[in-house]
Amino acid sequence: MTSIQPGALDLAIAASLIVFDAVISTVLGLRLHRQVIWAAARMVVQLLLVGLVLRWVFALGSPAATLAVVVLMIAAAAREVAARPANSLRGWPGLWLASASVGLSSIATVLLALLTVLHPTPWYEARYAIPLIGIVLGNVLNSASLGLDTFYSGVVNARSAIEARLVLGATRQEALMPLIRDSIRKGLIPIINQMSAAGIITLPGIMTGQILAGMDPMDAVRYQILLMFLLAGGSGISATLAVYLAARSITDERHRLRLERLHHN
Amino acid sequence: MATATPRLHVDQMRSALAGPFSFSLQAGECLAISGPSGSGKSLLLRMLCDLDPNTGTVTLDGKPRNSMSAPAWRSKVLYQPAEAGWWDPTPATHFRPQQMERVHALLPRLGLSSTHLNNEVRLLSTGERQRMALIRSLACEPQVLLLDEPTAALDPESVSAVQQLLQEELAKGMSLVLVTHSEDQARLLGRRRIRMENRCLSEWSGA
Repeated sequence: MTSIQPGALDLAIAASLIVFDAVISTVLGLRLHRQVIWAAARMVVQLLLVGLVLRWVFALGSPAATLAVVVLMIAAAAREVAARPANSLRGWPGLWLASASVGLSSIATVLLALLTVLHPTPWYEARYAIPLIGIVLGNVLNSASLGLDTFYSGVVNARSAIEARLVLGATRQEALMPLIRDSIRKGLIPIINQMSAAGIITLPGIMTGQILAGMDPMDAVRYQILLMFLLAGGSGISATLAVYLAARSITDERHRLRLERLHHN
Repeated sequence: MATATPRLHVDQMRSALAGPFSFSLQAGECLAISGPSGSGKSLLLRMLCDLDPNTGTVTLDGKPRNSMSAPAWRSKVLYQPAEAGWWDPTPATHFRPQQMERVHALLPRLGLSSTHLNNEVRLLSTGERQRMALIRSLACEPQVLLLDEPTAALDPESVSAVQQLLQEELAKGMSLVLVTHSEDQARLLGRRRIRMENRCLSEWSGA
């Protein structure tokens, strides 16, 4: 594998594009130049830090350190899922629900990949486990928050239709089922689009990266196919889990709708 | 008769928002509730059908509410809000197949026809929707019906059709808790009258 590594000078040349953006913003009065530069600076610092941490964790080869990084990543994703929808559950239940759906779905799919498909030695090898959990998390986060957003706003908007079923003797499961279906479907649409567009409209990021890093295109494609399957599985699990848990949390054992447990972000 | 178990018995039912409420209701009896808007009439009905959390004892024919599942309770003590909700585009799919015979018998009683079943709900007039909602509630054959202003959007002809239908159901043994702003309706249907003020009840006989 031969690859061309961009050096500091090369990156500096590429950074001139950010300056170009800032100039456009100033000339056209977009009032975005400060944000563009700030976001670019943040990106550089965050990625450099991640690079350092990963290099350190890879070198350490300690399962505990790998686990700590994974837990941290899941917690950050869960926080995002809990905060992103326009409505969400108050307090701990919301965070718990987000952690459970994002955590279980990403861990389950990554374990499947590590134990049955890739089997590196040892199976928890940080070089494989951490990037995999990262890309899966990005996707399950998206699916779970889309599903939850659809579900919570649906519950608020369709309250009278849902209560109409409850007062006629429907169970909470029956009353919420159409909305549950709708919400899980919403959560799965992005990954379906991503799979349909892959290779034709976009070259997926991982594949592009591996080709740039010198891998044979067919090998990169096989990797990408594996990843797409993982992402699709993870999305399905996380959207389903998140929406079902939300449906249980927004109702009680007497099959009542408890909208006071929601709050508007 | 005087010692018979009441159809509905309510003792010290209260929530964070309203109560305590205590009363009982015999089979075939109608309790008419009046009172200013916001006095808690709808809250009372929602608590009775267990749609809002509340404490206290409520029994149906002597059976405590907590001994039944909530869906089983609600199909016997059935609440119809002032503006009933619809979850499908047309009324037809809001009924179960075994209810259709009764539905077709009830439609002409309230000035509706079978074609209304397949019209879009949002294209029905407010009054038509309200009558269709009453048919939907009666088709479940509840033991106690909790009605929130069932004739608010109706013309005089429909009002008397609804009242006559309700009188027949009462005669057949259904009990009714009726929230109404109409003095005439309260007098016609309710042998017992209750006034709600500041989220509490005061009963007076309006024979």
